Amino acid sequence: MFGTERGYCNDVSVAVQISNLSIVREGKSIVSGLSADVPSGKIVGVLGPSGSGKTTLFRSIVGVQQIHTGSIQVLGQSAGSKNLRNRIGYLTQSASIYSDLTCVENLHYFSKLLDDSDFSVEEILELVDLTKNRKQLASSLSGGERTRLALATALIGRPELLVLDEPTVGLDPILRRELWNLFHKLADQGKTLLISSHVMDEAERCDTIVLLREGRVLEEGTPSELKARTGQTEMESVFISLVSAQ
Amino acid sequence: MSIKRIWATARRILSQLRHDPRTIALMILAPCLLMTILKYVYQSQPQVFQHVAGSLLGIFPMLVMFLITSVATLRERTNGTLERLLILPISKLEFILGYAKAFGIAGLIQAIVVTTYAIGPLGLKIAGSQWMLIVVAMLDALLGLAIGLFVSSFAKTEFQAVQFLPAVLLPQLLLCGLLVPRESMPQILRVISYFLPLTYAIDATKKVMIGQGSLVNDLLVIALFLIALLGAGAVTLKRKTK
Repeated sequence: MFGTERGYCNDVSVAVQISNLSIVREGKSIVSGLSADVPSGKIVGVLGPSGSGKTTLFRSIVGVQQIHTGSIQVLGQSAGSKNLRNRIGYLTQSASIYSDLTCVENLHYFSKLLDDSDFSVEEILELVDLTKNRKQLASSLSGGERTRLALATALIGRPELLVLDEPTVGLDPILRRELWNLFHKLADQGKTLLISSHVMDEAERCDTIVLLREGRVLEEGTPSELKARTGQTEMESVFISLVSAQ
Repeated sequence: MSIKRIWATARRILSQLRHDPRTIALMILAPCLLMTILKYVYQSQPQVFQHVAGSLLGIFPMLVMFLITSVATLRERTNGTLERLLILPISKLEFILGYAKAFGIAGLIQAIVVTTYAIGPLGLKIAGSQWMLIVVAMLDALLGLAIGLFVSSFAKTEFQAVQFLPAVLLPQLLLCGLLVPRESMPQILRVISYFLPLTYAIDATKKVMIGQGSLVNDLLVIALFLIALLGAGAVTLKRKTK
């Protein structure tokens, strides 16, 4: 679980191990001295207001962000290593899909790159509820559909670790619940999910949460632990009481 | 290096083009329109048309491919798809070669249509072979593509990418010997022109037009420029941002 004890680097029970990470962008410190462990097979929520460093943290985990100090171990390897390139599914904050391709064409391209031959594009369309949109150009999809298409591309290749940056933003409550059910299903299959959100009530659906503020870990633990620690009943108030206690 | 991933990327880019019929129409029709205008601009001096048209057959695809690739790759950068690809098992060179393949095919089709139109309805006379002219025009298109891919890594916005056309291609156009024979240029400009790829492209086209001289050296130099520019494009593509 999360904690200050370190040193079990190749432990299979830890999917991502971040120690003393600092990132500076254009002279501005985005992440400073952050340490956290992501346990395997769990859903870990990274919550914090916008500008707290969630996206930069995720980009450094998938290996597209230069880091200044500290280290990140992902699935037993240093973040960004070549061997990780078919083991991580990444959903960027603004859906990174080809808007001038249809849903099926988008998925086919990613499955070719990942050499995912046993994987059925139809199966994954079903999973994100886009079967009826399969021949539709991505540019004509609604915001929520775009996000789900991007999520579908992240699921291709059956990655062990899913890094999802604000996957439920702008979705209606029913879809949001369906997606969270899907996330739990994936976690039950043994996948690790790292999910960011700025909606505090989504924290309830995570196994553990990391509260981020100004690039530092404000608090971490299971939702019930955090509530007990602060004596609050809602995550929103947990966050507020933690900030004001600082 | 995986041929499969290069092909997958090329097919993806061609599918994107297929969904954009207006771009295809502009790619094919704009050079035909320009050739037609050129023909009637020089109606009273048909020999000038004969002289200029052949060279322009190679320059149009170069300009078009330069613009299309620099905007297309910049779009991949700004909408985040490039970032997504770079964490997948596709190498930077495979990505670049995918682009070269897709737009190489588009350039070939463009070259075939435009040269056929110029030689047929417009009555352009060439002493060499039409196929050779098409090969040269396609290499020019690839050259424009390679330059576009390379410079697009130095552009942060579409505005900047488009500005590279006057900054990078137009000086080559002035120095390549199309407007003024290179022999009559000041020494320093003539020396510079030897280091510019367009010089060899124009040289090759001229040789096809008059049907004399060996193309081997020109094509070899163009191929070397291509390899160097595509390699440089792959090197300047950065997986990690600051």
